[in-house]
Amino acid sequence: MMEPGLYHILFISAALFFIGIYGFFTRRNLITMLMSTELILNSVNLNFIAFNKYLWPGKMDGLFFTVFVIAIAAAEAAVGIAIIINLYRSHQSIDVASAEDLKY
Amino acid sequence: MMSGSTILFYLLAALTLACGLLSVTTRHIFRAAIYVLFALIGIAGLYFWMEYEFIAAVQIVVYVGGIIVLIIFSIFLTQQAGEKLAKPALNRQLFSALAVFCGFALTLLQVFQHEFKAGAEPALAPTVANIGNNMLNISDSGYALPFEVISMLLLAALVGCIVIALRSKPETK
Repeated sequence: MMEPGLYHILFISAALFFIGIYGFFTRRNLITMLMSTELILNSVNLNFIAFNKYLWPGKMDGLFFTVFVIAIAAAEAAVGIAIIINLYRSHQSIDVASAEDLKY
Repeated sequence: MMSGSTILFYLLAALTLACGLLSVTTRHIFRAAIYVLFALIGIAGLYFWMEYEFIAAVQIVVYVGGIIVLIIFSIFLTQQAGEKLAKPALNRQLFSALAVFCGFALTLLQVFQHEFKAGAEPALAPTVANIGNNMLNISDSGYALPFEVISMLLLAALVGCIVIALRSKPETK
């Protein structure tokens, strides 16, 4: 085993991204789909931080992008869960199939 | 002989990936939320390992303390206790796994073929003082405008949540 560096972090982040994609494809429950998106966003954050640390240590842009992504993810989760709970109130189900009424 | 830091890195990586994998495959939704929680803690540990303490703290406060708690509350509100999630159809599982495997292989091929070149500038320590000074300066390299835009976005999300969650009046039902 080698000393961990940029490539190791990129491997972890790619694996986590595709784990999230797999969950997003196979799950049919809106809350678990939301959890998968959180995993995807976290893998992106990990990439930003790794590039910031190993490639541009003199700047902080990667770090700021991570902060903004975290803030937007928090807003997205709050609005998403409000919508899911509202959907549950009207349909008694949070399956993604019950959300197709939204298009009418 | 591996150093302590290397061992710690591999432990954190294994924790993150194993919990991420379990969270998308378990059929108990509450366990899925707890596995996501531990995957996020593992990522916070990786930030600590890379010595980005501020981001690690933000990760723990916002994700672990905020978003996961929100998700767990919404599970309590919408799910019957002890109810298992439906098993996804086999062909959907199969084709998702195939698509994910191909995408992963393609990404790794690209990443490991690419030679990353590090910048030559002197390192800037990610201390809270440096982060604050660089983020909120109003020169070309500053991030004061996105910061303000994010604050407006959070306000809009706050108002939007209240509007969505408001119970509609009986006569409009």
